Amino acid sequence: MHLLAFDTEFFLQRIFAGFESGAVYAMLGLGLVIIYRSSGLLNFAQGEMAMFSTYLVWALVGGDGGGGMNVWLALVLVMIISFAGAAVIQAAVIRPLGDPHLNPLAVVIVTIGLYLTMHELPALFWDSANHQLTPLFGTGSIDIAGTAFTYRALGAVVLLLVEAAAFWAILRYTKLGLALRAVSTNSESASLSGVAVQRTLMLGWGLAVAIGVVAGVTTVGTQVFDPNFMLVVIIYAFAGVTLGGFDSPLGAVVGGLTVGLITETLPFYVDAIGGEFQLMPAFVLILVVLLVRPQGLFGRREVNRV
Amino acid sequence: MNDSPTTEAPLLKVENLTAAYGPVQVLFGLDLQVGDGEFVVMLGANGAGKTTTLRALSGLVSATGAARFDGTSILGTRADKVAKAGIAHVPQGRGTLSELTVEENLAVGAYLRRDDEVDADRDRWFDTFPRLAERRHQTAGSMSGGEQQMLAIARAMMGRPRLILLDEPSLGLAPLITREVFEKLSEINASAGLAVLLVEQNANLALEVADRAYVLEAGRITDEGSAAHLKANESVQRAYLGV
Repeated sequence: MHLLAFDTEFFLQRIFAGFESGAVYAMLGLGLVIIYRSSGLLNFAQGEMAMFSTYLVWALVGGDGGGGMNVWLALVLVMIISFAGAAVIQAAVIRPLGDPHLNPLAVVIVTIGLYLTMHELPALFWDSANHQLTPLFGTGSIDIAGTAFTYRALGAVVLLLVEAAAFWAILRYTKLGLALRAVSTNSESASLSGVAVQRTLMLGWGLAVAIGVVAGVTTVGTQVFDPNFMLVVIIYAFAGVTLGGFDSPLGAVVGGLTVGLITETLPFYVDAIGGEFQLMPAFVLILVVLLVRPQGLFGRREVNRV
Repeated sequence: MNDSPTTEAPLLKVENLTAAYGPVQVLFGLDLQVGDGEFVVMLGANGAGKTTTLRALSGLVSATGAARFDGTSILGTRADKVAKAGIAHVPQGRGTLSELTVEENLAVGAYLRRDDEVDADRDRWFDTFPRLAERRHQTAGSMSGGEQQMLAIARAMMGRPRLILLDEPSLGLAPLITREVFEKLSEINASAGLAVLLVEQNANLALEVADRAYVLEAGRITDEGSAAHLKANESVQRAYLGV
């Protein structure tokens, strides 16, 4: 209990932890937003794809002890591999279902199938035991108001900002970004202007999953992991994009960070949520947002005058 | 314009075009053609198959028969490839990319272009439609219907097409705005040598600007000829001109 004397250092620790977790939710959220905006659907496999990508990084680095490739180099390489892999998956199992706007349920079911498949892949290639990844950031920390802000947490926030900026620049300044936004607002009209809709969706999938690789590696951090490490994380990421708005990259960032801060502080101050009910704040948040402001904080309600 | 076949092959030649939505047949073997730089209108009531004709030509619905554009078969080709071949389609409802700004809508229109005259073209369409220039940074979905129609035409023109298909541009527009849109179309047709295939219910205005016209009834072409010929036709007058 912290009711009698407010422990500032402990509170700051929770806030920093909130930023670290929130950065991961936000990165996953950005991937969810890309796919939602372009195809109008949720990719339930987003978390498990990030999980499998993390195993690829781990394998390239040389397994538990390291000794293989530099972890940063492995990260970049796996982002490229994941981009290509996700594009192939989209072309192989999503595209045959046709325009996702016309048949959203079928596509959602397929992403659930992908979720299950991805979840089993590490055990198929390696095993499902605990493993450890060479961390991206050292174990040091900087001191803020007498509280240690670890390089790991700081690194997560920096990576999020870099990814968000890159994502924003791609959407705003590249031809792929223009095509993605055109397809997301009116895919038929985009195709009449010469945009190859399915190819654009394919590249969107690649982008979304590549962004997720960083989320996976950041989640693992310095801790041991097994194929289940994304199961809960992705639910928080869903809560984050629900809060921020499914069609808003800014919303994904703000929503993800907010959910991180809530889930890392609330259970320590409200006894009823502690322990068994850790997921409850995320669920309550989703419910409240859907009731009060269904489009989320930054989502746009479609305005169309005729 | 006369109706006799010219020595040159028409830009668009459609033969025996047939289309169905599931078990419901909509088009029953249409023959039509549009010459290079010609302004052709297709008149018809709701449900006659006008929209389906255009959608079949631009690859949005599947159809049988033959359609040759500049000598190349386009039937059964994907919409983005038809656009690449040089056919622009302004769909019913204007196809506004409503979440994008006016400028971005025009950039999408120029999506396939690799030349360096895109900006100059955009400025030219801003000159043609000054109201678009005023609203260049505005989200397209928040504009009025007339403005969105002008944007749709400008977006289509940004791809530098040789033929533009227009689906009832007058729908939901005030008569004065419709007139303005049609005048612009006529100007573009005359100055850019652009061929136009316009489907319309508003026969009065359409026959004023068109060279030639077809009348579509229940999926079949029932009359065709010069705009003047159709204006004088009694059944057309009764059905579409309110005379």
